[in-house]
Amino acid sequence: MPVNTKAIGKTYEPVLYAVGREKIKEYARAVGETDPVYLDVQAARAAGYADVVAPPMFAVVYSAPSVGPPIFDPEIELNFAMMVHGAQEFEWGPLVVAGDEITTTASVKDISERDGRGYYVFESISTNQRGEQVCRGTWTNIVRGV
Amino acid sequence: MMADGSRIAQQPGAQIPEVRVTPDKYLTARYAGASGDFNPIHIDEEFARAVGLPGRILHGLWTMAQVARAQTEAAGGPEHLKRLSVQFRGMGLPEQEVVVSGAVRETVDGRVVIDTIAEQAGKQIIRNAEAELEL
Repeated sequence: MPVNTKAIGKTYEPVLYAVGREKIKEYARAVGETDPVYLDVQAARAAGYADVVAPPMFAVVYSAPSVGPPIFDPEIELNFAMMVHGAQEFEWGPLVVAGDEITTTASVKDISERDGRGYYVFESISTNQRGEQVCRGTWTNIVRGV
Repeated sequence: MMADGSRIAQQPGAQIPEVRVTPDKYLTARYAGASGDFNPIHIDEEFARAVGLPGRILHGLWTMAQVARAQTEAAGGPEHLKRLSVQFRGMGLPEQEVVVSGAVRETVDGRVVIDTIAEQAGKQIIRNAEAELEL
């Protein structure tokens, strides 16, 4: 059965995420970060930041919720049970700090089929409260047995 | 030549310092809470086995975060990491050491491009990864 490609280009409702100081610290500890700019507000301010800094991969926390709606969009017919996360890219702009409000909009960048596998590529664009693009994510999910 | 705070020699082939980390038994539960990814294949041993996995597996994005950490620690801070792309391969397991390594490929338009991977027991669980750093 060929993959359904009619949703390519579709854009979803923006998702707002308010970045909290303790959430950054929780995330930083879970991934083994030890740089005090992530963990200690005094150290972050001494380094010139307004508050604790989000590690770059904290992008997962504020942008992943935007990718749920396309994954479960009935128009896309993605077989979630057979899905694996094949590849991921993030491109970062200005750093995110606690207190920022991040708006992320997801879209369907590509849907294709190769060797019996479906490739579903979603893009997330995240901007802060000043309208600066802080992250662009490219999420490649592979579905076996399409 | 090294930039201020950086531990990266910019000539092609120069290695970045390795990151070695052994995720403990409960890491996947902590990362699930921290990231919001509660897929049961990462936190429920019975569920993971029932769907044909050897047991709970690491979150790929946790492993990617180790690759990112190797770059930011080498570069001297999070502001230097401008792009990271990875391919996930196979599966990572708790309680086995993960080793991230990388080497400079080239410098393009002022950005240092690093080829980097994450391995566990000699198998690449992140491969063909590429980082761009502004030093």
